[in-house]
Amino acid sequence: MRRPISLYGLTFSLPLLIWQVLFFVFPLVFLVALSFWTVKNFVMRPDFDTVNWTTMYGRTVFWQAYGTTLALAAAASVLTSVLAFPAAYAVAFKLSDTSRRWAVFLMVIPFFTSYLVRVYSWQTFLSDNGIINVILSWIGLGPFVMLNTVGATMIGYLTLSFPLVVLLQLFSLVFIDRTLIEAAHNMRCGRLRTVFEVVIPSARTGLVIAALFCFILSFGDFVSPVYLGGGEPTTLSILITDTTKSGQQWPRAAVIALTMIGTLMVVAFVAVKFAYKGKSK
Amino acid sequence: MSGAADMNRNRALDWALVAYIVLAYAFVFAPIAASFVFSFNSDRFPSIPLGEFSLDWYRAIATDPLVWEGARNTLMVGVIVGVVSTLLGFGAAYTDYRYKFAGKQVYLALALLPPTIPVIILGLAMLAYLSRVNLSGNALSVIISHVVVCAPFAMAIIRLRLSQMDPALEPAAWNLGASEWMAMRHVIVPFCAPAILGALFITMAVSFDEFAVAWFVSGLNETLPVKVLGFLQGQVSPRINAIGTFVFILSMTLVILAQLLLSGRGAKSAERE
Repeated sequence: MRRPISLYGLTFSLPLLIWQVLFFVFPLVFLVALSFWTVKNFVMRPDFDTVNWTTMYGRTVFWQAYGTTLALAAAASVLTSVLAFPAAYAVAFKLSDTSRRWAVFLMVIPFFTSYLVRVYSWQTFLSDNGIINVILSWIGLGPFVMLNTVGATMIGYLTLSFPLVVLLQLFSLVFIDRTLIEAAHNMRCGRLRTVFEVVIPSARTGLVIAALFCFILSFGDFVSPVYLGGGEPTTLSILITDTTKSGQQWPRAAVIALTMIGTLMVVAFVAVKFAYKGKSK
Repeated sequence: MSGAADMNRNRALDWALVAYIVLAYAFVFAPIAASFVFSFNSDRFPSIPLGEFSLDWYRAIATDPLVWEGARNTLMVGVIVGVVSTLLGFGAAYTDYRYKFAGKQVYLALALLPPTIPVIILGLAMLAYLSRVNLSGNALSVIISHVVVCAPFAMAIIRLRLSQMDPALEPAAWNLGASEWMAMRHVIVPFCAPAILGALFITMAVSFDEFAVAWFVSGLNETLPVKVLGFLQGQVSPRINAIGTFVFILSMTLVILAQLLLSGRGAKSAERE
């Protein structure tokens, strides 16, 4: 365990290091450089010009998209966490060991189905002649416009992160010291109060990390806002794909991407700080 | 549930919670089930009541050369990505298990962080960078990008397995005269074998479904998920359901294989701890 650098050790540790430096660190660093390049006649040129930053930051469209994306991602994290918690709680405390193992296995399945296919499938449910409107018409309701709304975008975000959030919450709930809960019950602490004053604080780290993952996923997702939300309102992810794919405005897209990374780093830092507040480890 | 908790039980509440579980799983599986059902349905614009049973959409994708080409690309990319990611991930997992060194935190960050970067940003960064070094627009660029995202999964799976190994096992082999390489070959690799295969299948499955980074960097060599994205953008068609069902069955086969391997002999010894 203590022998220093050897050919043997390097054979195992170096390949990944080299790969991730070459193809993960360098591309991200290059993104920074790219944001200072200029585009003349659809040709990019290495440069050191802040024009992309000033152009993008000077646009109301950009800040509107920024506000929208932040609000949508924050709303998605809160909504997903709140909807996932009772499910994670019930799986953790109300199911037998065997059923719980099945529940975990079933929640893993969505990770191996195509997110695109699930979003397309939601269109089938939400469209004007879709499944939900047909069922509603049987009892004389509707039709309601559900596709191409913010609500549909939210369903997409839920589709994207609900399984992950349930699993992360579940893992933090399973590791709660059960004697704490029994102690609360013995001291005549009500069920709901036990949940809020014992269960949630004990599982805080996992709950916050789960919400953070939901925020990161929703913040960068372009599929739901486009194919369920109808592209309105514009999010930063839509802005990036549009800027990249139409015309050679990669430097401007880089500005958007770097702004997103910066925002995510701040959010992640605050969330992690809060998640581990007052804990030694 | 132990005695103290039993006193505090409320049947109605328990039933409500179990009902909520069912509801949550219904929400998660509704789109998956619907996609499966409608892939066998004749209607162009699927809804209820169901149309006739039909294999038209499967026939449509089976006769579409572009879909075949996409499937070939997906399969080729997925297999290579699986092998390379698993090799890199194994190396990183073993490094973390065995060595302590300055800058290990940075090493682990590089080994685990990539999946937390939004794919759209990674896609843009990859596209810009790879086209700069003349590697973009082909299957190789998809492979390179997918390995960046998949290697961390392989690393995590194999690292978990290594943490179940008795730490005295490897030094014991050395004491008995085995070289480091021999101990690796006869002790470490056999012990990790189920996790290595598991990682191989999981990373392949991740690559099969990845569409965003692939969309940015693939150019004309589109993988199947990128084709699906194309279908979504263009004439929306139930062909998506047929492709989805097909890829789902492929991915699930891999995942179940991985699950069987990971929870076979190995997991049992771990549970006792």
